[in-house]
Amino acid sequence: MTKVGPASVEFRNVSMRYGAVTAVDNVSFTIEAGKLVTLLGPSGCGKTTTLRMIAGLEIASEGQILIGGKDVTKLSAADRDVSMVFQSYALFPHMSVLENAAYGPTVKGLGKEEAARMALDKLALVGLKGFEKRYPSELSGGQQQRVAVARALVLEPQVLLFDEPLSNLDAKLRRRVREEIRELQQELNLTVAYVTHDQEEALAVSDRIIVMSNARIAQEGAPRDLYEQPANAFVADFIGDANLVDVTVRKVTEGQADVGIGSATISLPARGLQPGAARVAIRPEALLLGAAGQGGSLPGTIRKCAYLGNHLDIMVETEVGELFVVQYGARDMLEAGLPVAVSFAGSGVTLIPPA
Amino acid sequence: MAPATRLALLIGWIGYALMPWYLVEGMSLTSLGWLAEYPFGKAGSALALGLSGQAPWLLPVGAALAAATAVIGNQDRQRVAGVLVWAGLLGMALFFAQAFAIVLKDQGIGWLAALLGGAGAAQRGIGGGAFVTLVSLLLLLCHGLAYRGVCRGDLFTTSTIGVVILLIGLFIFFPVAIILKSALVDQTGALAPMAFVERFLDSSIWGLGCITSGTNCGVAWNTLVLAVLCGVITTLLGLACALLILRTGMPGKRVMRALTVLPIITPPFVIGLALILLFGRAGAVSTLLYEWFGVPRSRWLYGLPGVLLAQVLAFAPIAFLVLIGVVQGISPSLEEASQTLGAKRWQTFRTVTWPLLKPGIANAFLLGFVESMADFGNPLVLGGNFEVLSTKIFFAVVGASYNQGQAAVLAIILLAFTLGAFWVQQRWLGDKSYTTVTGKGDAGLPTPLPRRITWLSAAVIVPWVALTVVIYIVIIVGGFVRNMGRDYRPTLEHYRTGFAVDFSNGIYFEGSAWPSFFTTVKVAAISAPLTALIGLLTAYLLTRQRFRGRGMLEFATMLSFAIPGTVLGVAYILAFNVPPIEITGTGLILVIAFVFRNMPVGVRSGIAGLSQIDRSLDEASTTLRARSFTTLRRVVLPLLKPALVSALVYSFVRSMTAVSAVIFLVSAEYNLSTAYIVGRVEAGEFGLAIAYSSVLIVFMTLGIALIQFTVGERKLGRRKVVALSSSVSDPITQGAAS
Repeated sequence: MTKVGPASVEFRNVSMRYGAVTAVDNVSFTIEAGKLVTLLGPSGCGKTTTLRMIAGLEIASEGQILIGGKDVTKLSAADRDVSMVFQSYALFPHMSVLENAAYGPTVKGLGKEEAARMALDKLALVGLKGFEKRYPSELSGGQQQRVAVARALVLEPQVLLFDEPLSNLDAKLRRRVREEIRELQQELNLTVAYVTHDQEEALAVSDRIIVMSNARIAQEGAPRDLYEQPANAFVADFIGDANLVDVTVRKVTEGQADVGIGSATISLPARGLQPGAARVAIRPEALLLGAAGQGGSLPGTIRKCAYLGNHLDIMVETEVGELFVVQYGARDMLEAGLPVAVSFAGSGVTLIPPA
Repeated sequence: MAPATRLALLIGWIGYALMPWYLVEGMSLTSLGWLAEYPFGKAGSALALGLSGQAPWLLPVGAALAAATAVIGNQDRQRVAGVLVWAGLLGMALFFAQAFAIVLKDQGIGWLAALLGGAGAAQRGIGGGAFVTLVSLLLLLCHGLAYRGVCRGDLFTTSTIGVVILLIGLFIFFPVAIILKSALVDQTGALAPMAFVERFLDSSIWGLGCITSGTNCGVAWNTLVLAVLCGVITTLLGLACALLILRTGMPGKRVMRALTVLPIITPPFVIGLALILLFGRAGAVSTLLYEWFGVPRSRWLYGLPGVLLAQVLAFAPIAFLVLIGVVQGISPSLEEASQTLGAKRWQTFRTVTWPLLKPGIANAFLLGFVESMADFGNPLVLGGNFEVLSTKIFFAVVGASYNQGQAAVLAIILLAFTLGAFWVQQRWLGDKSYTTVTGKGDAGLPTPLPRRITWLSAAVIVPWVALTVVIYIVIIVGGFVRNMGRDYRPTLEHYRTGFAVDFSNGIYFEGSAWPSFFTTVKVAAISAPLTALIGLLTAYLLTRQRFRGRGMLEFATMLSFAIPGTVLGVAYILAFNVPPIEITGTGLILVIAFVFRNMPVGVRSGIAGLSQIDRSLDEASTTLRARSFTTLRRVVLPLLKPALVSALVYSFVRSMTAVSAVIFLVSAEYNLSTAYIVGRVEAGEFGLAIAYSSVLIVFMTLGIALIQFTVGERKLGRRKVVALSSSVSDPITQGAAS
């Protein structure tokens, strides 16, 4: 068996309809070979359908899907060189760990020993040496997850798909496993498409993120771009927290806009916006609280202040509405009713188009 | 062209060129006399017969095969697909055209026969070669469709869909259509809608004589009244029993559970038989009453009261099984909530428990209703002058006044009743069930029953259980005494008559019951795996594959569920008595009847089993490059073992206890236990009949144990996975509507 190596995935104007319901609406994107790309979005946004279309478990209603430059739109799952790790792991409960991992090569018709050798190889890679004879029901959640990964890796597919692989693990384990997946992907130079609804997970593992909303792509880009340059209110709110505030762009000169937020005025990159109504997405950590009466800032009143260990969650009532502020480090608690001045940090405030 | 397609083609040529095309009488593997003129003569192959001019109308079918063969080396997938689709489609069309056009002399479709070059000719029913060729043509069509991308290009899926549709069409829709046709023609075969209307409106069917004057009412009314009464009483009994067992500290839970298994392994008329031995004119109880209290012997049992009593005893356990599930499903915390809001026990029962029970009660009633409609054995044994549709159909077919048209009309009425009941059930109950079982743990304790309900229930239940126990004692004892009710001296005479074995030179089964017993076991053993196979495959298609016409297929299996056995029996005898499918009097028709009669049970248990296996397992297998067939074999089937067991067990058991469908289909050579027993009852040999019945009951218990042992447990690791293994086999509710 020759290793084919990773392949790119390309969607050209792909749609998926179930009767009157459109699950994926005219979506186009490319996943470069050897990259990990996350499909991120709230439930029902079409991300899992998109993943299943890459796998061939759903056949697209319209458009073209290419894997490694080859048109696979009408090819069934069994004919595509793609493996998938399922949310439920989908381990065959009546087979041992070894039989599960060796399933791919076995049904492909490779000899028993050859199949077992390939399976053992990958089981060792995910750190499950010595567990071959166990049954899935005798493994912990994390171990089951590794078996699922090993099983998907055995055939060395051109593309590896993960469907919310961490959703059944507890929070501590989730962090460790996502790092392992990332390491494995970089080590083996795999093309990976990864579905999740957890934005932190997406930021942590991805080369690029495709944010989906209502069956369409809301924005796509590197994790940092998405966080710092959200294209719209949805992305700003979905990735990290954001205060969305209606503002007025007073004038635009050389790409810099003078923006009036309530009584305060700040200068922000215009991002192609013209004078008129607009919105800004303000990260909670980009809001700075100071003594009341400072110039160029918004006057406000503390509503609530909650202590969360390494930071404080603060709600501040201002003339533009209630703002959510986070203060890191060991700060003093703020009394409700205290007047403050809210000013803006140099980054973390982004202009976005009006609603 | 895929290897599987080439194989299908090869099989087609074997069927067309080598195998005997027609069904040959006296076919056997030991004496080869029937092969005398092969490849010509009666055992000739289609190719030989066609080329020699004996049956030129068979040649076009071969041309279709040849067309498919011509593209065997062609690389152009789309072109191959097109040729295969057309070859399969036209080949099948030609096949059916010649099969239906040219049958017995001067029957069939004259103009079509002339067109095919067989004017005035006759041919016999299709045999092995013809069937194999037909299946091959079907497979070519399905493979062609798969090449075109239907069902994601999966050969196995398209082929399975094709085969299932062909089988359901041939053995369910075709016979039912023939019934409709028979109802519309007169004795000579000419279309006579007026005759239909006349038969349909006959006073023997719809007459109301029992109300207006002293005569009998029509059979339709009799059947309807009986079914409604049976439904009401069984439901009340089942409900009382379920409430008592789950909501009071009453002992005997396990006994009640065991009682619910009995009706499955008891041939339906055996209860009626036992009732005769107890309450008939010469019955044990009647004799006691006469001798001790001077109560005159009477024939009260023969008629509505007797049939109703027998049916209630036979079907109440089914209602119990349905309702115990419903009562269990009512979350105790709902009732606790009601109580914490200040409701008294009786108020809680009336306002919370009862409304939640209602859908289940409606369901149980409909089951009892349909069961009673379809029952044939008890009305036959106990009916007397009280005729119901199923017995009237029977006498219209086998009686002195043979009347095919009347039988067909009666069958249509019966079918309309049962279909109507099912329709009502689907329409009215389909979305009206209150789900009270959630995944969340529920720590509440069920509320004890209000006292008046407890007493009422107990007053109903105790006599019922007592009577059931007495009935089964009669069944056991009846075989060992000379003459139940008259002469209680113990004897083995009945068993000797039925089951004697002579060991004097080798083993010779000289008992009179042996032939029918062996046939029954053979037929049940052959049909059970076939039923399970077709049922599970259909369930797989319905739950796991998406294709156009899936709704139709689902409806078709539903329909076959609602067809009463008597109707199916009549339909088979009308449809398969003449070419092109001429199999009455053979063992084959019995096997086919059982397979399609029991298929719904297989489908139901398959669907129940599959719904517990997460779809992602199939998908995982597919993304690891396994085709549907591999997935089915390696992943689905091993996990489906419990469903497989229940499908096997119930098709086996039901094959052994069925009466209604097969009573029309048995022949001297292929007689079945139940038909034999009914014959003994009619001849008044109650001892032998009841001895035979107890043998059947014991044998079926052993058979069930054997199947469970052979198929074995599912291997899911050392820890037991509870979620997967529970409730797959909920047999009685699945097999209830027979």
